[in-house]
Amino acid sequence: MATTEKRLEVLKTYKIYIGGQFPRTESGRYYVATNSKKENLANVCLGSRKDFRDAVVAARNAFGGWSGRAAFNRGQILYRIAEMLEGRKTQFIDELIKQDATRTQAENEVNLCIDRLIYYSGWCDKFQQLFSSVNPVASSHFNFSVPEPTGVVAAIAPQGDSLLGLVSVIAPIIAGGNTCIVLASATKPLCAVTFAEVLNSSDLPGGVVNILTGKVAELVTFFADHMDVNATVFCEADTATQKMIKEKSALNVKRVVLYDKVKWATAAGQSPYFIMDLQEIKTTWHPIENIGGAKAGY
Amino acid sequence: MIATKTIPDFSLSPHIDQVGIEERASRFTKRSIKNETKLHGLMLALNMIDLTTLEGKDTEGKVKQLCYKAQHLHDAYPGLPTVAAICVYPSMVKTAKAALGNSGIKVASVATAFPSGQAPRDIKIRDTKYAVQNGADEVDMVISRGKFLEGEYNFVFDEIAAIKEACGEARLKVILETGELVTYDKVRKASDIAMYAGADFIKTSTGKISPAATMPVTLVMLEAIRDFYYKTGKKIAMKPAGGISKSKLALHYLVMLNETLGEGWMNNEWFRFGASSLANDILMQLMKQKTGVYQSANYFSID
Repeated sequence: MATTEKRLEVLKTYKIYIGGQFPRTESGRYYVATNSKKENLANVCLGSRKDFRDAVVAARNAFGGWSGRAAFNRGQILYRIAEMLEGRKTQFIDELIKQDATRTQAENEVNLCIDRLIYYSGWCDKFQQLFSSVNPVASSHFNFSVPEPTGVVAAIAPQGDSLLGLVSVIAPIIAGGNTCIVLASATKPLCAVTFAEVLNSSDLPGGVVNILTGKVAELVTFFADHMDVNATVFCEADTATQKMIKEKSALNVKRVVLYDKVKWATAAGQSPYFIMDLQEIKTTWHPIENIGGAKAGY
Repeated sequence: MIATKTIPDFSLSPHIDQVGIEERASRFTKRSIKNETKLHGLMLALNMIDLTTLEGKDTEGKVKQLCYKAQHLHDAYPGLPTVAAICVYPSMVKTAKAALGNSGIKVASVATAFPSGQAPRDIKIRDTKYAVQNGADEVDMVISRGKFLEGEYNFVFDEIAAIKEACGEARLKVILETGELVTYDKVRKASDIAMYAGADFIKTSTGKISPAATMPVTLVMLEAIRDFYYKTGKKIAMKPAGGISKSKLALHYLVMLNETLGEGWMNNEWFRFGASSLANDILMQLMKQKTGVYQSANYFSID
């Protein structure tokens, strides 16, 4: 081998992430992701509604196992995701730089993502206590309310950034015990696929997070009207699309969560209220004996 | 009863090319089926289902509920066909018969010490007669796989013939339990034995053993039916059972049926799906076609 010969670099195939697997899109279509200098970065899967449908099936199958886990264990797994991300920091920084970030911006973004995962990891087994209550009632019942996961969440990640928005949307969804299908940023999709690799090596069960790449305009209708999706998250300020999502979501009374005003890079971009946005409150009336006429006291 | 001279030497049953049959079966999954055809295919598949409950925990209530479901698959979709039959244990036949009334849906009963078939012949015959006397329109018997694997083909043949006699008017489905026969050659041989012994249907599996119905194994049996038809002029029906729970797969089976046996078999007199969860998946697909919206299992009855 002549040492002067330039080695041909092996480029990564950017695929989608469904049910713990990395298939290509069912449609066989792709688009070219470019940066502001019009350099071609990668051929990325142009996901179709059938990919979304398959992802919903995967998310639904994973829901029972994930929501049934001990909250503490969910916290451990989120922590594990942060560990894995830390270990592959340089890869993410490189990808962010390719997608127009400066080195400082890229480093800050990745660090913030890791910290955010640790933040939600901590909340996994604590937000329930904060938002539960024992309610005073006038009959002999022990009455209490607890948050429970909504179910399968279809989220369209913030389209403006590659990694931070995606992580900030996914973390509170899964911290609360939901499973999700997330559409990555169409213009900056690289980190989303690499983040899927991180998820895949973090003990996160397949199907809990499914990541698609593709065009928002093509897929958003299906995110809103699929009957087996329990909530839709949308982060853009496009009022016409917001209205469409709300109307279609009424079909099966989906929870619609709009994050168009959130600044993800600030401290306001993380809070247990993001977890609560995708929880249902279950209230239980548990009959108790009224012993000797004594008042029920808790 | 079949005259002895028509019975061939079963050791001469054709051998099956495993690679070829699997390749051929996989080709059927690659046909492009467009919307309108798909809709008709789904309706047909729905109408071919033997809605089944065969569990130790079955109760009369469960069977009644299933019978109600058979008649009202999804009332939000007017004009749906019913399923072909309800398939239950002999002890539930009376309940099912009463619950189905004159809906036209048949009652099929498993018999002959289902699913193992490990019982003396007189008990199997009594089991069969019990089901028929209680009103079963169809009897699903299991062959003695142990005896078959020992090479006791005469025993298996005689047993099927005896059960056929006990069935009287009821149509007899013979379950080969292909998952326990291991090779396609044995499946072919067992199919030949069953058909010559008087089976009205040949059926792949009990649903209790994995693998249950697969496309290659069904293709072997369909080809056996075709050859039998060419030789004797007698049509035999086919019932794959177990493991068919998705509409797409059901459509693949229909394609295979049409291309192997032809249109004469494309109705529920000559082809059935033994399934419990297939019906809901088809209903979800039909509703998707009707409303344009992907469906959720939450909006369909469980049984």
